[in-house]
Amino acid sequence: MTVAVDPGRPPGRHLLSVSDLGADGIEEILRLTDSFVEVSRRAIPRVPALRGKTIASLFFEDSTRTRLSFEAAAKRLSADVMTFSASSSSLNKGESLRDTVETIQAMGIDAAVVRHRASGVPEQVARWLDGPAVINAGDGWHEHPTQALLDCYTIRQQRQLRGLAGPGGGPSLGGLRIAIVGDIRHSRVARSDVTAFHALGARVTLVGPPTLLPASLSGWPVQVSHHLDDLLGDLDVVYLLRLQRERMDEALLPSLREYTATYGLTRARAARLAPEVLIMHPGPVNRGVEVAAEVADSPAAVITAQVANGVAVRMAVLFLLLGSGVDLAAA
Amino acid sequence: MDAEDVRRATWRMAHEILERNHGPAALVLVGLQTGGVWLAGRLADVVRQVTGEDVPVGTLDVAFYRDDIGLRPVLPEAATHIPGELTGATVVLVDDVLFTGRTVRAALNALADYGRARVIQLAVMVDRGHRELPIRPDFVGKNLPTRRDEMVDASDDGVVLGDIRPRPGLPGAAPTR
Repeated sequence: MTVAVDPGRPPGRHLLSVSDLGADGIEEILRLTDSFVEVSRRAIPRVPALRGKTIASLFFEDSTRTRLSFEAAAKRLSADVMTFSASSSSLNKGESLRDTVETIQAMGIDAAVVRHRASGVPEQVARWLDGPAVINAGDGWHEHPTQALLDCYTIRQQRQLRGLAGPGGGPSLGGLRIAIVGDIRHSRVARSDVTAFHALGARVTLVGPPTLLPASLSGWPVQVSHHLDDLLGDLDVVYLLRLQRERMDEALLPSLREYTATYGLTRARAARLAPEVLIMHPGPVNRGVEVAAEVADSPAAVITAQVANGVAVRMAVLFLLLGSGVDLAAA
Repeated sequence: MDAEDVRRATWRMAHEILERNHGPAALVLVGLQTGGVWLAGRLADVVRQVTGEDVPVGTLDVAFYRDDIGLRPVLPEAATHIPGELTGATVVLVDDVLFTGRTVRAALNALADYGRARVIQLAVMVDRGHRELPIRPDFVGKNLPTRRDEMVDASDDGVVLGDIRPRPGLPGAAPTR
């Protein structure tokens, strides 16, 4: 499902897509995130940088971790947060999306964090709003830019912690071999991750059954494989996507058990990975489906670090857009 | 000031810090990013030579505490690193140049988030005047009268004055010692 959008990029300072940033913009956000990781570790994890700013959290689709993560990020920057949830709003009285957005702007906001089940809504909201920054917190199958940023940051951080990468001069993920496994077709995370990983120098392989890969991969800077077992010995990162069980009725998979047998990161498969391989997942995890419970809890799994870094990355994005006076796209 | 002048001033300031605080106990040196970091390291070197003790050295970036956020571009230079807990410590804040005092104001707010120091003192290599806040240094390398539009660069190579804008026809600021 896609809403019609006007051609061209909306004016103003927004984060709508990873491709708005380019490699330099992504690296700048990762660098800035180091500062916010430090802030998050303090006894008082709060700085006054965005005092007096108001951030509207507009989630037209269910979310736990992304919404809480953005709200925690805003509060740690001393911004005020207005929370909107679609289920209890006047949308139920028939108010249009545009009227809802303009009503919220009239109350005075500096930024809107937008999640919607339809691709393109954050961009459309950016056109309607005159002034406030818009941050895409996930739109349909399209993009989830802050997830990609926190994934890049987590890989860089965890490899440094394991002594695998110095802060050398090359791109942050230069030469890394990353497999993204599972339901690529319905995954906005995969789309944003592919763009970001590739921009930072990684080699990405998409792994999954043909029914869960996009109809066309032309223009995607990736390799494709249908055989996870063939790759296990040649990876630095295994990125498992959530198998979206709500799509099982579309008959894209014979059964969950068969999916796990072919594409799940079982204990046997995990044992074939090199010891320094990072296992990642955007959550929520279906334990026993895309990843075995023991594997998800093993030291190689950095799923909790992804969540923790998510707050710091979102602080960096909010600060860049609202506080720094630096153009995000040109950072 | 040349490199030798800076070295002598650093030596004297370290001795003054030890004298004022009756030795290195509970001392923590915190260099402001980026200009104060080298000086905090040099002061710690001298303290080590004189007393044989290592004092903790931290770095502080005050970007998120500045009062000109929204007025000009502000980005942190590097993540802050504060060694240990500051509650009860004698903190010496270290910067290269003291000018309006606004950076020091931001640093005082930032330090408060790391605990309640027993006392906070301020050491700067150059005090160039033009204060906009009621802030004064405790330890000074050199008082250097300047014009408001001049640029002061203090490093362990020396202290140089220059124009903020490059003069026409020259490839950059032409610093004069």
